[in-house]
Amino acid sequence: MQTEYLIKVDDFCARHNIEVSFIISLQQNGLIEISTIKETGFIDTEQCQQLEKYIRFYYELDINLEGIETINYLLQKINSLQDEIVMLKNRLCFYETNE
Amino acid sequence: MIFIDYYKILEINKTATPKEIKTAYRKLARKFHPDLNPNDKDAKRNFQQISEANEVLSDPEKRKKYDQYGKDWQHAEQFEQVKQQQRQSSDFRGQQFSGGQSGGDFSDFFASMFGGSPGAGRSRQVKFRGEDYTAELNLNLIDASRTHKKTLTVNGKNIRITIPAGIENGQTIKIKGHGGQGINGGPNGDLYITFSIANHPGIKRLGNDLYSTVDLDLYTAVLGGEITIDTLNGKVKLKVKPETQNGSKIKLKGKGLPVYKNECNFGDLFITYAIKIPTNLTEKQRVLFTELSDSKF
Repeated sequence: MQTEYLIKVDDFCARHNIEVSFIISLQQNGLIEISTIKETGFIDTEQCQQLEKYIRFYYELDINLEGIETINYLLQKINSLQDEIVMLKNRLCFYETNE
Repeated sequence: MIFIDYYKILEINKTATPKEIKTAYRKLARKFHPDLNPNDKDAKRNFQQISEANEVLSDPEKRKKYDQYGKDWQHAEQFEQVKQQQRQSSDFRGQQFSGGQSGGDFSDFFASMFGGSPGAGRSRQVKFRGEDYTAELNLNLIDASRTHKKTLTVNGKNIRITIPAGIENGQTIKIKGHGGQGINGGPNGDLYITFSIANHPGIKRLGNDLYSTVDLDLYTAVLGGEITIDTLNGKVKLKVKPETQNGSKIKLKGKGLPVYKNECNFGDLFITYAIKIPTNLTEKQRVLFTELSDSKF
């Protein structure tokens, strides 16, 4: 069985000085997952980095939830395109050196 | 070290209000923030500039100092010292230039004027995640064909990492917690390593498959036989079919690279035969080839 590392939503919010409602809104928009154990909300620590990014978007850059959702989608697209560029560069290199 | 026009960087007038500064910063930050521009070094540099400009212009004390001495930054400290000597000692309260942040990404100009620490003078205790580091690691194809450990030195610290077999050229892996140190007890950043894999002489790679061209003498090509070829994992014996044509390809199943993080599966090795026509024929060989030529019809 794989060990899961969880952090209480309340602790995370206290540490980052943010409102719990923001985390709940992210969950409602499908941007993060919250596990509920004995009526207490927990976040998987694997999500912390992504969550901190959303916090920077919301609190530092003044981007609303709809904006975060759109950006998240576009960033995923950028990442997949960047992976594709690497793959295509390798393929191009293969054919160029064949000549 | 040159003078930096923070107003120009934020695209605002010298009379800009704090609200206008904040708006201008946010507008540019939304354009250049590293979170929004993955792997874009230009955007990162621009963001560092606008952050520095915002750090100065959004802080009334720093802005005042910058406006007063900006272009004469080299003499700012001397002016300050003279002024401070004229003040009462109690006026020194709050002059703390020992902020907890690294400030390593701020310009020499900033360091010269404000002591090198962004956030200096404010008593912030917010926890920040450390900076992410990026590095490039050069490997050869043999290294990429096996899972192995390597010790790297990052910022004076030795890190032993495991490099999985089948890693691609240009692929980036994340080493969690080995980036910059967290600030005020915040978590450390991550280390991102991008691999640059050099070509192997005579062997080319496409995904997990390998491609190689093997020279074949005319006699073996015509009559068939057995040859030994070099692969990444050593020598392999191959049976050559009679009447093998120049440029024909064969596939050696499972003799390619291991699949990344799935080492039980392998790509294939494709061999292309390049038939070599004999040179410097002896008279006897010439006669035999002529006989062959006459017999072809």
